[in-house]
This record gives sequence, C-alpha cells and structure tokens, in this order.
Amino acid sequence: MTSSQNSPDIVSRSGAQSWFYSDVVKDHFFNPRNFMQDESSYADAAMGLVGSPACGDAMKVWIKADPQTERITDCKWKTFGCGSAIASTSMMSVMVTENGGMTLDEARQLKPQHIMERLGGLPARKIHCSVLGDKALRSAINDWYRRVGRLDKVEEGYGRIIDQETKVTDKDIEHAVLDGADTLEKVQAKLKVGIGNPACIPEVEQLMRFYRAKYFGV
Amino acid sequence: MTYMRRIYLDHAATTPVHPAVLKKMLPFFTQVYGNPSSFHTPGLEAKKAVDAARKSIAEKLNAHSDEMVFCSGGTASDNLAVHGIFGVEKAHRGHVITSAVEHPAVLEPLQHLVKRGKIELTVLPVDKSGKILIKDLVAALRPDTVLVSIMYANNEIGTIQPIAEIGRALLRWRKEKSTPYPYFHTDACQAAGTLDLDVEKLHVDLLTLNGSKIYGPKGVGLLFVRRGTKLDPQIRGGGQERGLRSGTENVPGIIGLAAALELAQANKEKENARLSKLRDKLIAGLLAMPKTRLNGHPTDRLPNNVNVSFMDIEGEAAVLYLDAQGIYCSTGSACASSSLDPSHVILATGVSYEAAHGSLRFTLGHSTKSSDIDYVLKTIPDIIAKLRLMSPVNLDMKHF
Repeated sequence: MTSSQNSPDIVSRSGAQSWFYSDVVKDHFFNPRNFMQDESSYADAAMGLVGSPACGDAMKVWIKADPQTERITDCKWKTFGCGSAIASTSMMSVMVTENGGMTLDEARQLKPQHIMERLGGLPARKIHCSVLGDKALRSAINDWYRRVGRLDKVEEGYGRIIDQETKVTDKDIEHAVLDGADTLEKVQAKLKVGIGNPACIPEVEQLMRFYRAKYFGV
Repeated sequence: MTYMRRIYLDHAATTPVHPAVLKKMLPFFTQVYGNPSSFHTPGLEAKKAVDAARKSIAEKLNAHSDEMVFCSGGTASDNLAVHGIFGVEKAHRGHVITSAVEHPAVLEPLQHLVKRGKIELTVLPVDKSGKILIKDLVAALRPDTVLVSIMYANNEIGTIQPIAEIGRALLRWRKEKSTPYPYFHTDACQAAGTLDLDVEKLHVDLLTLNGSKIYGPKGVGLLFVRRGTKLDPQIRGGGQERGLRSGTENVPGIIGLAAALELAQANKEKENARLSKLRDKLIAGLLAMPKTRLNGHPTDRLPNNVNVSFMDIEGEAAVLYLDAQGIYCSTGSACASSSLDPSHVILATGVSYEAAHGSLRFTLGHSTKSSDIDYVLKTIPDIIAKLRLMSPVNLDMKHF
C-alpha cells in the first residue's frame, strides 16, 4: 500500500484503528474530475446506476461514445460514498476518457484493482468502497448498446467471479440472496462458495449484505 | 506554512490534558517516583499521594476510599466489572440486562460470555431519543438476573439515561425478593465531566470512570466497587488495589485522574451552562440547513454533544472535507469504522441506514468558543452542498 505518512489520519468512530489516504486519492477526493453538474444535456446519454444509500455506496455513471469508433468521448458521474468511493469514481472517469478515450470493449475490462493502482492504493478495509464504479460503468455501456440498437453487444453475462475455485460469481450470490439465503451458511449450502477458498468469504459476506440491502432493505 | 484555524470538536473521543492537571502530575514522574508498595520513604511518599487521590475521588462519588479500584482506562474498568462479576463462584452463570446503545467495552465482554455459554443476555431497545424504558427493564428482570449494565450518558448521541430511577427500581426489586442481585453497573465515562456522580443518589454498585474524557491523562480509569460487591480479579499478581487489579500503580495517572475529576466537578455548573448554550446554537444552526435531522434527545443530552444526520451524503466524506478546513469531528458512518454497518447506536434509535450513514458528531469542550461555532456554521453548508451536488441520491424527507 502506498500512502503518504505525513497526512493527518482519520480516526474511526470506534477509535480502534486509523488509516491514511494517498495524495492521489486526496487530490481526486478534494478536486473531483468530471462529476455531473448539469444533467440537462445528458438526458439522452447512456447511464448506469449501482448501489443504494442504505448499503453505504451508490454510483451513477453517464457516458457518451463515438458511434463509429466506439471510443468513450465523455464520462460523467455522481457518487454517494466516502472519500475512497468518490476518488475511485473520479479516477475511473479520467481513465476511460484519457488519450482519446477507451473503446467500450476496453472499458468493459476495467477492474477495481486497475483504478486502485492509479490511485496509489487504498487502505485494505476501504477497498469495498471502490468496487462499484466499474459496475456502474459496465451498466452504462450496456445501456449505450441498447440505445443504438446493438442488442448483440449487451452483456448481461454471469457476472464477476468471486471464488476462483468454485467460479461462483456475484450474480450467483445475488440469486442465492433472492432465493432466501440470509446467512453465510445458507449461501454456502447453495453455492459451496469459500469453503475451499476462505479468503473470498469477506467479499461474499459484503455482497450478501449489499444484495440484502438492495432487495430487502435490511 | 499558512496558518489554518484548528477547531477540535471531538471531545467525546478524548480531551487534552488540562495544564493544571499536568502540573500536578509532573512531580510524580521524576521526583516522587517510588513504588507505593515499597517499605521506604520514596515508596511511602508515593503511597500517600495515591491514598490522597483515592480519598479525593471517593469524596466526589460520595463513596469510601476502599471502594475505588484504579484501572488502566474505561475499557479495563468495564471489563473488570463484567468479567469480575461472573468470575465469582456463586454468580458464575446467570442473566444480564443491558441496552442496545452501550459502548463496545461493555457489549463485547457480554457477547463473549454469551458465546461461552456463561450468561443469557437481554439487550433492551431504546426509544427514538436513545433512552431505555424503565418498564422494559423491570419486565426483563428474572430471579437469576445477576447484572444490569446501563451507561450513564451515550458517547455517540449524548443521551442521558435515568440512572437514579433505574437504581431505585432495582432496589425495590431486591427488597421484594430479598436478594442482593442484580448488581447495577453504569459506564459514566462520558458523564463524568458534566453529571452528578453521587453513587448514593444513583444507587449503583459499580461505576466506570476514565481520565482521558475529562481533561485527565490517557491510560488511567477507575471502577467504583460498592462494599459487598464481589468481583473476581482479571489481573493477578502483587495484590494491589485490594487484589482486584494487580500491578504497580500508575501514580502520575492516578494523581491526574483525581485532579481532573476535582476540576471538572468544581466547574461543572458554569461550564455546563456555557456548553449547553453553544450546543443549542450549533444544533439550531445545523437543523436550519435543508434535509438534516437531530440524533438523540433534544434536551436530555450531554451539554457538549451534537449529533446530526445530513441526508444524501456519506459521513466520512464530510469528515474529510471538514478536516481540510480545520474542523475535527467524527461520524457514525460505516465507511469510517472497521465494520460495514453504520453506528449501532444510531440504528438502535430507529434511524434508517441512509440517515445513519450521513451522521456527524460534534462534541464541544473547554476550548470551544462561540466564534468556533460561527466558523463551523459558516463552513459546513458549502461542504454539504458540494457533496450533495456530487451525490446521485435525493431522498424524500417525508420517509425519514
């Protein structure tokens, strides 16, 4: 983890631990790039929304792309979330539009870890705050293809692999939660996720929490 | 470097040591450095000082010197109270009543005992203001209830619990059932600087104090243990503190705790009146902003506590922006803690997750001036407006 040791730390409400943000994170947090200030000229732009204020993070992403080259020409966003959530979305908007813009296919490959690398790292337990931006982006890309009638390019897909051993994806976890699995044990009973690879369990639990908040408001 | 105004509004997290307290402590680092257990003059000097501090604190609590047990802080004292009660043979199993808004220093040891199968735990809900209802507590009492632990004033929302009233209800129960149980513990760490600590009025058997919340040093706390209340020591060794907390006394810390409590209790009325005025000014100013709500009780709250939720934004982001403007406060948002859930205290008052994520706590103190409150009220609207502009969320207040 790269972080500036000179910056003032923020002490958690429990007072138990503290952490530092890198200078790049702070720069993007205090001077966010490309955030949506006036939606009026984006009514027809492709848009993606993920998260909810109940689960602590919500992100909305608008994109415009050249119909010929499919390169992203503009990316705007709005984020409800903490310092790392805001900085991650800001950095993502820079990454997809810089150097002439990513193609939509390239942008689909963008992962939270690429954004984090450019941010100079995030404190370990802030990573969960930064994993939604790329999903909002992918959702906006699907919306772009839908709007131009290229339904063959809409990727509903099977989601992102959470557990390399069982190849369980976030979509699988979403379905398990919708099927009534409200504890880790019940999700594991359905999917065997994390049993051979316990390192992924925190992420599974976080996804469960997220989907439970999204669908059941708990 | 350019000058930046620094306004510390996190006195519930910790306070600076008062210069007068520090002055009283200093000789005990280099001049009166003896071990109070030693049988020579330097040892005796240290012992005398510790005895005087013990007597001074006992007087403030309307208690006896032999009821004071010095520990290494509020958490250590709370742990001694909880584990101590259940370490004693007769009471090694039983039922405990506590509240949903307790500090982790009480909740965690209790949950640990639940996991070990040693106790059954009733966690009382609180009303919208953060108070428990006495009738709920009385209804939860059982013949095997060994301990009731309810905090005096809440660290996050500042709500003051009716401790004396609870104490009287428990006395009646004991009398009717002719039993010494349940023992009554209160964590008074946040209350110590502002509220009445007379244990005879409060009818408590165990009471926790902490130096670092009342302009005393960190690393020192106290557990009042009423005569006849049996505790099992959690730290064994040389038998200091009547065997309840072994280890060489933290002499400068103990001197500092006594001096801090003396100062706090002496200036209580005046300082409470001053802080209440500033508190109400800050609350009124924040609530005048759109889409805000007060967390905790409107009046039965600590004179220095302000806790307000700003809808549509996330608290950690606001704390960081305020930090950049030299205003230091804290939040109950999940993003500012090690868990994924927002504050258990604010959620317990029935506030939605959305509002809990946007909560900010400002706790005032000695250094807080009226002009500081003006500066906060001048600075904060732009920050909240900027974060709201960045936020995709626009909740309808009629649901919150």
